[in-house]
Amino acid sequence: MIGADIQILLPEIVLAVYAMLALLGAVYTTKDGAASLLTWMTSGLFVLLALAIGVNGAGTNIAFNGMFVDDGFARFAKVTILLSAAVVLLMSEGYMQRRGLLRFEYPVLIALAVVGMMVMVSAGDLMALYMGLELQSLALYVVASLRRDSVKSTEAGLKYFVLGALSSGLLLYGASLTYGFAGTTLFTGIIAAADGGASLGLLFGLVFLIAGFAFKVSAAPFHMWTPDVYEGSPTPVTAFFATAPKVAAIALFARVVHDAFGGIVGEWQQIVAFLAVASMFLGAIAAIGQTNIKRLMAYSSISHMGFAMMGLAAGTVGGVQAMLVYVVIYVTMNIGTFALILTMEKDGLPVTNITALKSYAKRQPLLALVMLVMMFSLAGVPPMLGFFGKYAVLLAAYQGGLAWLAVAGVIASVISAFYYLRIVYYMYFGEDSQALDGRTPPVLWVTAVVTGAIIGLAWIPGINLFGLDPMAAAAAATLVN
Amino acid sequence: MIGLEHYLAVASALFVIGIFGLFLNRKNVIILLMSIELMLLAVNINLVAFSAYLGDLVGQVFTLFVLTVAAAEAAIGLAILVCFFRNRGTIDVEDVNVMKG
Repeated sequence: MIGADIQILLPEIVLAVYAMLALLGAVYTTKDGAASLLTWMTSGLFVLLALAIGVNGAGTNIAFNGMFVDDGFARFAKVTILLSAAVVLLMSEGYMQRRGLLRFEYPVLIALAVVGMMVMVSAGDLMALYMGLELQSLALYVVASLRRDSVKSTEAGLKYFVLGALSSGLLLYGASLTYGFAGTTLFTGIIAAADGGASLGLLFGLVFLIAGFAFKVSAAPFHMWTPDVYEGSPTPVTAFFATAPKVAAIALFARVVHDAFGGIVGEWQQIVAFLAVASMFLGAIAAIGQTNIKRLMAYSSISHMGFAMMGLAAGTVGGVQAMLVYVVIYVTMNIGTFALILTMEKDGLPVTNITALKSYAKRQPLLALVMLVMMFSLAGVPPMLGFFGKYAVLLAAYQGGLAWLAVAGVIASVISAFYYLRIVYYMYFGEDSQALDGRTPPVLWVTAVVTGAIIGLAWIPGINLFGLDPMAAAAAATLVN
Repeated sequence: MIGLEHYLAVASALFVIGIFGLFLNRKNVIILLMSIELMLLAVNINLVAFSAYLGDLVGQVFTLFVLTVAAAEAAIGLAILVCFFRNRGTIDVEDVNVMKG
């Protein structure tokens, strides 16, 4: 019945209707005057929806004849996406306000992008997948070039648009081949058609689909847009790019390879393993020469997506579980790091050079300590949270029979430790340069300290990573069967 | 008799031309937009050909979605391009180079 279907889609519908009403309301009233209020409202709605999905959701619900699947995996990803988007919106409000960038379109576009991501992670059909992906991408192209009067921001938008459209084209070509050779666009139909070995056409479709996903998660060798887009976009937008869309893209990747091609794990395992190795090493090596912290975080995110894909490459329930754990930890670390990057300013202008952090510890001991925790965690130093994420994916890869991949991951992790620790070195041992003088807005201070505490203290036995592992295990079990 | 293979061959040729247009073009960003459009249209040919061959309407429905999204995509691409032109005063591909990666 249509009523029951709509019931399942209710969170997405609520958010989409809210975005349209907010757009209309703001246009007909005070325009940008309402931007601050809208940002808070959108953020609040994200949190409410995350609570509703997390608390009420149960079992596997299928809507529209399999086009839309609401299972534990989708709910796990949705809650992560909604919460991270809510925090990033709150963090961006003050920054955007100070730079005159807080237009009412910003929260509306973020809301629409989040609707797209929620559809992506719930897609049970190639059409739903494509529509969700495009809704997300089209909103993000605009957000990337939000600073209309800046060459860098518009150039970032243009580059993101061209390469994003290319990746959509590749993905779509793969979808058309998959449709043709499987005879259906439903994932349940594709997995039945691929049962007992896929035809050559279906494999071509799979490869094109994976290439499209690799673009979206910015895996090497499809990563070239990432550093430029991260550098050019306004910093809060960069923070957003580094969190929610990454979760959505990797969750979609996992859904397609397991839900639609779960019967031929051997066919895609090697491709995903190659993407993982290439991303880990490229991210680790290319970041060494970077002095702009946003570019550095871009290469860092490429490397981290490589680690997440290592879990996926294992092709097991444990692998998907490790991937989910890793992605949640990655998002937490990035939110904390970007909260600190957003506070970096001199004479009211944002500073992005890492040398500006020299002797930061003398002036801001607490925030420097938080940054130290973030950097150690990103590098995977125990007992920070990042170590447990890396441990989970390495273990999953090893148990999945990819010991060489786990060894490569450890080597890449050691290389990447260099540039994370260099930032720590600058903060504690660099000569004083007085390069930063910004005050720390309360929202950013609270976000940084809370994420710092989560990451630094989650290892304490009683806390046990806040029960993240069993939740991820339950989510992964609904995907892989 | 023109069969499925012919349509697939045309579609793949168009798709490859589109990709080459993106990477070999050094002149104008508008040509990039045209190349992207060409890729999406190649996919549409594929979908319609498969739809007719399989006797299944889903492919044609998919095509309509792709057409709609392609229109929205072109609109956003042109809007970003206009903003870029205002800042930079040129739309040569070689001048999209403030940031180097």
